[in-house]
Amino acid sequence: MTAAIEAEGLIKSFGKTNALAGVDLAAAAGTVLGVLGPNGAGKTTAVRILTTLLQPDGGRAAVGGYDVVTDAHRVRQLIGLTGQYASVDDGLTGTNNLVMIGRLLGLSRAQARARAAELLSRFDLTEAASRPVKTYSGGMRRRIDLAASLVGHPQVLFLDEPTTGLDPQARSDVWDMIRVLVGDGVTVLLTTQYLDEADQLADGIVVIDHGRVIATGTPDELKAKVGGQVLEVVPADLDRIADVVAILASSTGDEPVTGPGARQVTAQVPSAALLPSIVRQLDENGIELAEFSLRKSSLDEVFLTLTGHRAEEDLAMKQTAIRTDDVRERASR
Amino acid sequence: MSTATIGPAAAPSRRLRPVTGLRNSFTLTWRSVLKIRTNSEDLIGLSLQPIMFLLLFTYVFGGAIAHGNVQAYLDYVLPGILVQTVLFATLGTGLMLNQDISAGIFDRFRSLPIARWAPLAGAIMGDVTRYVISVVVTLGFGMVLGFRIGTNPIAAIAGCLLVLAFALAMCWVSAWIGLIVKTPQGVQTFGFTAMFPIVFASGILVPIPTMPGWLQAFAKANPLTLLAAACRGLMRSGPVAVPAGESMLWALGIMLVFAPLAVRAYRRKT
Repeated sequence: MTAAIEAEGLIKSFGKTNALAGVDLAAAAGTVLGVLGPNGAGKTTAVRILTTLLQPDGGRAAVGGYDVVTDAHRVRQLIGLTGQYASVDDGLTGTNNLVMIGRLLGLSRAQARARAAELLSRFDLTEAASRPVKTYSGGMRRRIDLAASLVGHPQVLFLDEPTTGLDPQARSDVWDMIRVLVGDGVTVLLTTQYLDEADQLADGIVVIDHGRVIATGTPDELKAKVGGQVLEVVPADLDRIADVVAILASSTGDEPVTGPGARQVTAQVPSAALLPSIVRQLDENGIELAEFSLRKSSLDEVFLTLTGHRAEEDLAMKQTAIRTDDVRERASR
Repeated sequence: MSTATIGPAAAPSRRLRPVTGLRNSFTLTWRSVLKIRTNSEDLIGLSLQPIMFLLLFTYVFGGAIAHGNVQAYLDYVLPGILVQTVLFATLGTGLMLNQDISAGIFDRFRSLPIARWAPLAGAIMGDVTRYVISVVVTLGFGMVLGFRIGTNPIAAIAGCLLVLAFALAMCWVSAWIGLIVKTPQGVQTFGFTAMFPIVFASGILVPIPTMPGWLQAFAKANPLTLLAAACRGLMRSGPVAVPAGESMLWALGIMLVFAPLAVRAYRRKT
C-alpha cells in the first residue's frame, strides 16, 4: 500500500525551543493515524508542516507522494485541515463560509452553493445555515470547521484535536463523521490527547513527546509493549493503601500508581503467574480486599509508561488554559 | 467519497494560473464586502463617526475659529473631515487582517490551493467599499448641514477620488501594522497613536498660521494638509494642481515604502 502521509526526520525549532527533533511518521492510504502526545509535544507543529503552513528546518515530508515544501501547491489540492488553528469566519453565515471556500477552490457559484447545502445537511447544520457562525455552539462550530475542510473532497484530512473541549455526545458525533469519511477512503491524521479517541479511531498510533517519536504501532501493539496486563487492587480498609503499594512494588517490580482519590492501586503485571503469590502476600498481611482485578493495559498506562506522566494531567492543564483564554477574549471584547 | 463534482483531479496541477489568483482575490473581496454588510456595528460606526466629527467641529470649534461664521468654517472643514474620516477607516484594514490571523482564518486560506497574495489583495480591495461609504456619508451629511459644492460635480467627484487614492496608499500602513502587531487591540492603539498627530498637526481642521513656527513647517508638509487643500480647491475654491500633485506624490511615496513592508510581514506570516 502506498503511504498517503510520510515524514522523515522532521526538525523544527522556534528560537531556542526544539518543537520537533526528528519526527518520522507514515500513514497508509485509507487509514487513520493517531498522533498522541502531551501538550507542547510538537503535534501541532507536525500538522502545520504536513499541511504546508510551516516549513521544516530539516527532514522531509510528503502527502499523496508530493513534497510539502517543493510541491506545496499540489499538496494543498489534496488535503483538508481542521484544527485549533484553521478556522472559519465568525462573521459569515455557515452557508457563506462554505460557498467562499467552494469558490476559492474553483467551483462555479451554483456548484459552490450546492456543495455547501450538501455539507450543511450532512453535518446537520441546515437550520443554522443562514446564521453567523459566531452564534453556533461548540459542537456546531466543530462541525462547520469539519465541513469547511471537506468542501474540496480532500483525499487526506488533518484533524488537529478535533474533539478537545466537546461534550461526550458531540465527541461521539465527530467520531461517527470521521468513521464515515474513512469508509469513503479518506486518509486521516488525527492529533489528540484523548487516549480513548486514538483507541477508538486509529489504525496506527505515533506517540510524540518533547518533539520526538517515543513509540509507534497499532493500539494493541502499544498496549502489549507495556507489559500487557494491569492489576487493580482496592483494599477494604483504605488506611492499608501504603502496604498494598509496598507488596505490589516488591512482587511486580513495577512502580504502582495510586488513584483516583487514593483508593485504588494499579501496577503493571509482567505475567499472570504472579497473581497467586500477590494474593497470598496480601492475605498474610491481613489486608482485606474490596476489589482485585486484572485487565489489559489501557493506552493511558501506555502513555504513562512512555512519557512518565499521565495524559489527563496535561489535558486538565490545557483545558484550564483554554478557559482562561476564553475569559480573556471575552473581557477584551 | 461521493463522486467529486470537482475535487482534486487525478494529477493535481503543479502551479497556479495567474488568472486563478485574480479570481481568488475577487472571492475574498466578496467576503470582505459581505462582512461589512453583516457587521452592523462596523457599518454604524463607519457612518456615525464622520457625523459626530462634523457636528462637533462645526458647532464646537466653528464659532471660535471662524469668528462666529459657522457656515464659513463648515466650508473650510468639510474637506478636512473627509480626509480624516477615510484615514481612520483605513485602520479597519489592519484590524481585519490581524483578526483573521489570530482567529486562524488565514491558516485555512493558506492550506487551500489559492494564490498566496489573494487574502491580502482581497482584504484591501474589500476595504475600498468602506472608504466609499465614509466619503458618501461625510459629504452627504455635510450637505445636510449646509455645505455646498462651489465648483461642479465632476470636480467634486475628482476630489473624492483623490481622497480614495490616498486611502489606498494609507491602507498599506494599516495592513503593515495589522501584520506586525500581535492583537487587534494593539492595532487600534498603535494606529490611533500614529494617526492623531498627523490629523491634528495639519491644516485640515484649523488654519495653519495660528500654530507656532516649527509646527507650521510640519503642518505645511503634512500630506493631509495638501490633500485637504486639493479637495477644498476641487469642491469650493482655491488652488488644485499643486496640492493635488504633491499629495499624490506623498501617496505614491507611502505606498512604495509600506506596501513592500506589509508584503514582507505578510510573507513572514505565511
